[in-house]
Amino acid sequence: MKNSTPDPDILNRTGDNGWFYSDTVKDHFFNPRNFMRDESAYADAAMGMVGSPACGDAMKVWIRVDPATERIIDCKWKTFGCGSAIASTSMLSVMATENGGLTLDAARRLRPQDVTARLGGLPARKIHCSVLGDKALRAAVNDWYRRAGQLEKVEAEAGRVVDVLTQVTDQDIEHAVLDGADTLEKLQAKLKVGIGNPACLPEVEQLLRFYTEKYFGKQ
Amino acid sequence: MQSIYLDHAATTPLDKRVLAAMLPFFTKTFGNPSSFHTPGLRAKEAVAAARKSCATVLNAHADEIVFTSGGTEADNLALLGVIRSATVSLGRMTMRPYSLLSTLSHPHVIASAIEHPAVLEPLAALEKSGAIELTLLPVDKFGRVVPDDLSHALRPETILVSVMYANNEIGTLEPIAEIGRLLLKWRKTHDTPYPYFHSDACQAAGALALDVEKSHVDLLALNGGKIYGPKGVGCLFVRRGLKLEPLMYGGGQERNLRSGTENVPGIVGLATALGLAQAEKERENKRLTVLRDRLIQGLLKIPKTRLNGHPTERLPNNVNVSFMDIEGEAAVLYLDALGIFASTGSACASQTLDPSHVILATGMSYEAAHGSIRFTLGHGTKKTDIDYVLKVMPGIVEKLRHMSPVNLDMKYFR
Repeated sequence: MKNSTPDPDILNRTGDNGWFYSDTVKDHFFNPRNFMRDESAYADAAMGMVGSPACGDAMKVWIRVDPATERIIDCKWKTFGCGSAIASTSMLSVMATENGGLTLDAARRLRPQDVTARLGGLPARKIHCSVLGDKALRAAVNDWYRRAGQLEKVEAEAGRVVDVLTQVTDQDIEHAVLDGADTLEKLQAKLKVGIGNPACLPEVEQLLRFYTEKYFGKQ
Repeated sequence: MQSIYLDHAATTPLDKRVLAAMLPFFTKTFGNPSSFHTPGLRAKEAVAAARKSCATVLNAHADEIVFTSGGTEADNLALLGVIRSATVSLGRMTMRPYSLLSTLSHPHVIASAIEHPAVLEPLAALEKSGAIELTLLPVDKFGRVVPDDLSHALRPETILVSVMYANNEIGTLEPIAEIGRLLLKWRKTHDTPYPYFHSDACQAAGALALDVEKSHVDLLALNGGKIYGPKGVGCLFVRRGLKLEPLMYGGGQERNLRSGTENVPGIVGLATALGLAQAEKERENKRLTVLRDRLIQGLLKIPKTRLNGHPTERLPNNVNVSFMDIEGEAAVLYLDALGIFASTGSACASQTLDPSHVILATGMSYEAAHGSIRFTLGHGTKKTDIDYVLKVMPGIVEKLRHMSPVNLDMKYFR
């Protein structure tokens, strides 16, 4: 993967696998937009939270929505994480509220790649830090529908079980790939997937390839 | 803007005196030590003098020093060299006692869980290939190996024990001499030459006494880039009588243990740096310890901050703290923007995207490992630098905590 040509959305400015962030990333990291200063004032807002400090990233996103247009009019956040995690959530909040705000439908379709592209790219190894923001936003959208009583519009993010023994889902594999598992061996070290049930391995390897290409470009 | 380099455990600048000693060997005395003419002889003499000088520091014989391309190669040569040599000699052994035969056919290796990757990775590779069985020794909450644990882990087939002199991340000093004596006694009572004792002293070489007769190590690795010497050069002490297989084959330099034309300026630089570091260590350690403790005391005044490693049994230049509820890379970036250069054990800043195995081994949580920051002081560090760090650090921590959705209870982090 190190020698591959990644998609433009994960290219960093120098084009190598270095550590240096783009000016946009730096700007959003040092001058974060829309971060939550007073949670008590947002007790009535819809909120989504993903991640945990143990795994290195945790994000909380609050949104206020105009019920008539279903557009996001305000988006605040808090992030525990590295420079790219903080910058990504900051950029996410800008994208959610600019030009009159995203519709909830559009907010659900926002992909991590869209955020990294706006940031001017991230080093390939830092992509995993930036994928929680859109999940937190989707969780907040669900929360808004829940609070609005439109339960039929709540969309669960359930994964599909790939290995019945370990109950590992395709989402688990996606997260592991983002956390640096780029070989079956590393994937198994993280998830134990397919060790007791090798029958699922072809599918696991297919998902590994799929997510590696999705986030890091073709090998 | 300020420029305060506090990452001396990563690497040190070259001492001007070391540079002066090296310079003639780039252009003037540039010969190949293997050449049979005067320029070659001059280079050979320089390498011999450097070898003698390193040996003196280690209280060793000159023929026990093997120059390498750095600490990683020295560690790899020690570990792979011993293990491969045991396997090779197994092929030639028919007359040896059965016990020794069994030792060498099922080799077992013990290493501390907090070793540098230059030790852990070659051992993991050997374990994976089935060449050895590997036991990783746990450490106490300060990061120290407990000699009793080692006693319990020893087996008749243990051929090698590897424990570092001092840890690179948290600075904890390991009880090397005690472990050395324990292993001597074990060999005596079990009437065996094994296990050999290897120690990675790369972090210790600038600050601690390296007398191999007092530490009873059989193999000791150190390098230039951590002691104000050049990068890309190191050496391995190999006790007389100990057999190693080389990693590299070729012209037979370094008593056949490390083929390849000697890095003459580098070797001269390493020897000069080691000599200077050892001669000046007492005064410098005293100075650094005062600065270190000032920094530790000041940082611990920040709420929800914990010291990683041992309060006193630590390298005189090492400060490693965890700030709860924030992530280390973010803090390092903010420090960098203010001209302070430190490092972190956070997963985000590591090649493997896993948090520091050292801090986890001390029993701390993932959260604490993610929030760890290491400041390592050096020759150029002044009291005003420490005070500047102490002035800006609370604000950085506060700002990041302000942005963080996490608020952990300190009772989990004692």
